[in-house]
Amino acid sequence: MNKKLWSLMAVVGSLPFLAATAIAGELQQDPAEHWDEFWHEIMIDIISIGVVFMICFIYVLIRNIAQSPDQEGTGTKLTPLQSIGWTLIPAFCFMADDFYLAAQSWQLFNLQRNVPANHYEVKVTASMWNFNYTYPNACKEADNCVEVMNELRVPAGKPILLRMTSSDVIHNHSIPDFRILEDSMPGRVTYLWFYPKTPGEHLVTCKEYCGTMHSKMISKVIAMPESEFDKWIETEKNDL
Amino acid sequence: MKEWILTTDHKRIGVFYLIGSIAAFCVAGLMALLIRTELGAIGPTLTEDPNVYNVWLYFHGAAMILGFQIPALTGFLANWAVPIMLGAPDMAFPRVNALSVWLYWMGILLALATFVIPDSPDVMWTGYPPYSVITEGNTALYSLTVLIMGFSSIVGGINIMCTVIYCRAKGMQYNQFNIMVWTTMGANLLQLVFVPVLGSAVMLLLFDKYLGTNFFNPASGGDVLIYENLFWFYSHPAVYVILLPFLGIAYEIIATFARNRIFNYNMVVYGGVCGTTLLSTDVWAHHAYAAGLPDYVRMFMTITTLLISVPVGLLMIGMVATMWNGAIRFTTPMLFALSVIFLFLIGGLTGIPNAMASVDHAIHDGYFIMAHFHYVMAMAGTAAIFGSVYYYLPKMTGKMYNEAMGKAGFWLLFIGFNVTFYPLFEIGIEGMARRYYDYSQFPQFESAQHLATMGSYVIAVGFLITLVTWIHCWVAGEKCTDPNPWKSQSIEFTNTEVIPGPGNFPVQPVISPDWSPYNYGGTTKQDD
Ligand SMILES: [Cu+2]
Repeated sequence: MNKKLWSLMAVVGSLPFLAATAIAGELQQDPAEHWDEFWHEIMIDIISIGVVFMICFIYVLIRNIAQSPDQEGTGTKLTPLQSIGWTLIPAFCFMADDFYLAAQSWQLFNLQRNVPANHYEVKVTASMWNFNYTYPNACKEADNCVEVMNELRVPAGKPILLRMTSSDVIHNHSIPDFRILEDSMPGRVTYLWFYPKTPGEHLVTCKEYCGTMHSKMISKVIAMPESEFDKWIETEKNDL
Repeated sequence: MKEWILTTDHKRIGVFYLIGSIAAFCVAGLMALLIRTELGAIGPTLTEDPNVYNVWLYFHGAAMILGFQIPALTGFLANWAVPIMLGAPDMAFPRVNALSVWLYWMGILLALATFVIPDSPDVMWTGYPPYSVITEGNTALYSLTVLIMGFSSIVGGINIMCTVIYCRAKGMQYNQFNIMVWTTMGANLLQLVFVPVLGSAVMLLLFDKYLGTNFFNPASGGDVLIYENLFWFYSHPAVYVILLPFLGIAYEIIATFARNRIFNYNMVVYGGVCGTTLLSTDVWAHHAYAAGLPDYVRMFMTITTLLISVPVGLLMIGMVATMWNGAIRFTTPMLFALSVIFLFLIGGLTGIPNAMASVDHAIHDGYFIMAHFHYVMAMAGTAAIFGSVYYYLPKMTGKMYNEAMGKAGFWLLFIGFNVTFYPLFEIGIEGMARRYYDYSQFPQFESAQHLATMGSYVIAVGFLITLVTWIHCWVAGEKCTDPNPWKSQSIEFTNTEVIPGPGNFPVQPVISPDWSPYNYGGTTKQDD
């Protein structure tokens, strides 16, 4: 194959990537909502593939049942053209779907990984078998800040950033209602963010096996009206 | 007795592998029943102690993968069937072959020690540090079991590659191989390249725990993520070590009972099998999407993981299209092979959401992924293995199994599989986490959990009937007089006696250039 053809293929092959990066970064939306929408789309995608495949499968089964005990199949060898066509056409269909899904998922990924500037930050230290929350914006001295165990109080209507680590083994801070999770690991700092629009309570569980009480490593997010939250954090700070 | 124990015959070694893997399946399956029963209702059911439950989880996972699936596929089938498919009188190194099966049995015995030592391992089959280093459980038993099983795999892998390359029948070209031969080659290539990586990972784990080194201890400059990467660098390809041969044997069964040639052999081999083998080496980080890996790694592995659908999709198309213009017989092995298509379709498609890092960020390490890989490995994989046992029973025992009993077992297994795992997708999306002893924080999931537990009992009954059918065939089955009961065109049926003896063939086969193991449809029709 000559050089021109190769470079043409390279350009065509990288188009989906370029398109994906161009779309990404523009949208500002709640990642949880975006996740739900995307999930819906994925389900339509995979269910339609599954149904079409099953219909073909069952049709093939019914059409080709042996009619007599000696009957043999009459499949013929494909010509080289048929053989290549039957490989490349489905392969390109699958690839198209893959690139489409990848681009969509990168869009959501960018949303999940780019924390809005107006976020409120809380530090999380996981340990066997608790989540310890520290509020770096509510400190008396540098290392004497408001700390709460297994209860993450946050102001509603603000993006919340969690900076996480662990003091013993690997844990995972999972908040199913906000469609987000991330491991917390000793010696490393990871992050996630979520957007509690309205006041309310949301379950937090550990999603990385961490021993005896793994299933009882439970916490909750309590999103409070901002004024109430400010009052609460002020009282806590004064009690330090 | 003595000649069985000291045997170097590949078929007998294959049978040893089969017996070992079925034994491992029984014990690990019992663990699964205990786990499901414990989860059937909220609160303590069978045990008050989560640590006991965690040992069940550990043993179930480790024994099913290392003790049942890999040995059944790359041990039993690769030993019993592949050399005969190649027209080889035995493996390239018969004594090395015996060594690999002995190592495997040692691994099984060592794994069973879990139940007699006071501090059983509770590190799951993944053994992530730092938990595996600080736990009271015996991580050494885990590491040594993995090392011995791994050594057995490497020894077996070299042997099979050499057999394929040097011992096949005169005149046999690569394009005349059975699909099973190709998939076994792919699987063993992966074993040879990647098992040593796993070995190094669990070895460092031993050093860290018992010799005080700090490879995985961040407090002394180590890093917990090194282990995760080393572990999945092997253990993701290990999924394909299981997947490829089980699709391979499904192909054999489908071609035989549709009496049809493989649809687009070149696509299946060079697109499907080779494509899967190559791509499978570059997707491991999707197991660690939540582990704080750099963003570009997660984005890159999203696309490589999604692209796995290309070769795997070709393999699926090949399986269904092989029946086009065929003449299908619904025997028990065929039912199992057809269920592989259905179960793997669901398992494969539900892998798509998990492939994308951003989507995985909501369902990671939950019941959705758990149901997904059970559909692929536990169900499609097991269905293929059980189907292959039925397929070769007449050749191994010289007797025919009872078709009605076989089918009864199949339908119970098939229904049980789906009743057990389908509900788990639903609660997985809602946030149910894996490896939970109890789920009182999710009371709304109790009915789905209960249904899954009922399903697991159906699987148990189905398996018991299957096992009884096999034993009944072996002990009291009707004698087979036809060496080719399925009218297959593959050498293991056409050129052997009812039970292939030492050396496999009365007359060593010589392959002509127009021969194919799928030569159906009357071109070189045999008298039947
Ligand atoms: Cu935890």
